[in-house]
Amino acid sequence: MSDPVAPPPTQRKNLLQTLEIDTRMLGMIGAFALVCIVFNYMTDGRFLTPRNIFNLTIQTVSVAIMATGMVFVIVTRHIDLSVGAILAACSALMAMTQVRWITEVLEIGHWAIPWITIVAGITLGAVIGAVNGWLIGYQGIPAFIVTLGGFLIWRNVGWYQTGGQTIGPLDKTFMTFGGINGTLGGPVSWVLGIIAVIIAIALIFKSRTTKQKHGFPVKPMWAEASLAAIIAATILGFIAILTNYSVPERVIARDPAKYGCEVAEGCEVVYGLPISVLLLIAIAGVMTVIAKRTRFGRYIFATGGNPDAAELSGINTRMLTVKIFALMGALCAIAAVVASSRLANHSNDLGTLDELRVIAAAVIGGTALSGGIGTIYGAILGALIMQSLQSGMAMVGVDAPLQNIVVGSVLVLAVWLDIQYRKRTGAK
Amino acid sequence: MTTPLVEMKNISIAFGGVQAVDNVSISLNAGEVVGLLGHNGAGKSTLIKMLSGAYKMDSGEIYIEGNKATIQSPRDARDYNIETIYQTLALADNLDAASNLFLGRELTTPLGFVDDDRMEAETRKIMARLNPNFKKLKEPVSALSGGQRQSVAIARAVYFNAKILIMDEPTAALGVHETAMVAELIQELKKQGLGIFLISHDTREMMDLCDRVAVMKNGQMVGAERVEDVTEDDILSMIILGKNPKAAA
Repeated sequence: MSDPVAPPPTQRKNLLQTLEIDTRMLGMIGAFALVCIVFNYMTDGRFLTPRNIFNLTIQTVSVAIMATGMVFVIVTRHIDLSVGAILAACSALMAMTQVRWITEVLEIGHWAIPWITIVAGITLGAVIGAVNGWLIGYQGIPAFIVTLGGFLIWRNVGWYQTGGQTIGPLDKTFMTFGGINGTLGGPVSWVLGIIAVIIAIALIFKSRTTKQKHGFPVKPMWAEASLAAIIAATILGFIAILTNYSVPERVIARDPAKYGCEVAEGCEVVYGLPISVLLLIAIAGVMTVIAKRTRFGRYIFATGGNPDAAELSGINTRMLTVKIFALMGALCAIAAVVASSRLANHSNDLGTLDELRVIAAAVIGGTALSGGIGTIYGAILGALIMQSLQSGMAMVGVDAPLQNIVVGSVLVLAVWLDIQYRKRTGAK
Repeated sequence: MTTPLVEMKNISIAFGGVQAVDNVSISLNAGEVVGLLGHNGAGKSTLIKMLSGAYKMDSGEIYIEGNKATIQSPRDARDYNIETIYQTLALADNLDAASNLFLGRELTTPLGFVDDDRMEAETRKIMARLNPNFKKLKEPVSALSGGQRQSVAIARAVYFNAKILIMDEPTAALGVHETAMVAELIQELKKQGLGIFLISHDTREMMDLCDRVAVMKNGQMVGAERVEDVTEDDILSMIILGKNPKAAA
C-alpha cells in the first residue's frame, strides 16, 4: 500500500533556512539597525554612545514590560486600552503606601517598605486586570469598551488616592528599579553576561540532543555553533557597551563613599547593567516560557487561532481571559515600579499615552490583531524601535508635532509591511 | 439484550423560539455505526453536539453504558471517552498538527511544561498509520490541504482511545482516495468495538458504512431502521416526506 521507500529528506534551500532563523525577526533587527545608523549619522555619532544606549534601554523598560503582556491580550483577539491608567493607579497606590501610609507604622528607610509596597502594587494591578477579564470573559462586554472605561477610571482612581499631588521622594531601595539609581557595576555585569552566554549555549545544545533522541532532523553542527556565537557576541557586546558608560565625576562628588572612593577626582566607576533591564530580561524569559512551554500559553495561542476550536477542546476560554488580563494588570504594576522610580516620584500624568505605545510596540513586533500570532521578543524589539525613533528625533531636534507624525506613520507602515510579508510567505 | 453504549432519551433543545431538537431518542451499541440523515437544519448536528458537550440540552437524559451521564461541557464528554470530529474540524489554524492533536490534553514533562518533542513523536506515529503521506509536522495546519487537515482532526479523535466517536460529515471535504481511507478506518474502528455516530448527506455512502440509519426532519426523529431492511428510496422518502414508510405500512 504505502510506499516503502522513504522520500528524500527535504532539501535545505539557503543559509537562513539552515540556520532556522525567523526572517521576520531578521527584518525587524534590520529596521532597528537602520534607525540606529541613520540617527547616529545625523547626530554626528552621539546616538550610538554608551551613554545614549544606556538611556535608551532604561527608557524602554517600562513600555517593554507591558508590551510582553499585551502580546497575550492581542493574540486572544482582545485589546487593553487601560494599561497606562492601571500603571498610574498602581504607581499612586505604591507611592502613597511607601511615603505616607506605611511610614506611620514603620520608620522611613525600613528594609520592608519597598517590598510591602511592591506586593501591594502588583496585587492591585492583578485585581484590576482580573476585573477587566471577568467583565470581558464572563459578561461578554467587548474588551475595547471595558478597557476604554478603565482608561478613564483608573488614572482618576490614582488621582483620588494622591489628591492630585506629586508624591515623593520614593524609598531608596524602591528607586533601584528605576535604572540610573540601580546599576550592577562592572564585575557583576560581566559575570551575569557570561552566565547568560553559558545558559544560551546550554539551551541550544540541549534542544539539539532532545531532537536527536526523538529522531527528528537537526541543523548541521556549524549552524548551531554560529547561532551560539551570534548570541554570545550580542550578549557580551551589550554588556561591554553598558560597562563603558562611566559615572560622571559630578555624580560621584555627591557621595564618593557610595562609589568606594574618598574623593571624586580620579574615581573611575562604571554603571554597568541596570537592574530595571535585568528585570525586563527576566520578565521576557518568563513570558517566553509561558508562551511556548506551558499549557496556559498553548491555550492562549489556540484560542487566538480559533476560539471555537479551543472551546470544543475543553479549554475554559472565559477563565483564560481573566488570567490573561490579570497578568496584564500585574505587569502594569511592575512597569509602574520602574516608571515611577526612574523619575524618583509619582506624578498624576505617569504613563499617559502608554497604552498606545504598548499596543504599537506589540504590533510593530509582529503581533497580529486578528489573533493567534505574536512573540515576546518581537514586542520588546518593537518597544525598542519606538523608543529609538522618539529619542533619536528628540536628539536631532525634530519638532514635537513632526515627531508624533513620524511615529504614527511608522506604526501604519510597519503593519502594512507585515501584511505584505505574510501575503508573500503565505502565512496567515 | 445488552445495554447500549449510548442511549439518548427524549432530548429537546430550543434556540430562541426555534425547537431545534424535539423529544428525540436514539441509541448506539458497541461496534455499531449509526448514520444520521436529514436535510440541512433537520437537527442532526445539534443532536450530536449535545452528546459532545458543545450544547446543553433543555430536557432529556443521556445514558452511557447504562449509567446516567451528565454532559455539561466538551471536557465532560471527553471524560466519558466521547470524541468528536466536527464538520468545521475545529482546528487552531495557527498551531501545528501535534499542538492541535493534543489540544486540551497536552503531554507534559515532570515539571509541568508542555513536552512538544514527545507530542511530535506521538503525532508522527499515529499519522504514519492514518495518512502515510503526511509530512508537514512543523507547519501550522493552515498550510495543509483539506485532506491533511481532516486527518489531523481524525487523528485527534482516534488517538485518545475513544469508545464513542461522532463524525460530522467526515468526508465532505475529501477526494475519492481519502474518502475510501476514511471508510476503511470506520470499518477498522468498528471492529475494535467503538460505537460511531456518522452524519452525512450522502445516502449511498451511508448505506455502505452504517448498520442503522436514523432520519431526522424539523427537529424530530422520523425513524431508525437497519440498513438491510430498507432501500435507498425508502430513506429518501423519509428524508423528504418525513414519514417512515415501514411504520405506515
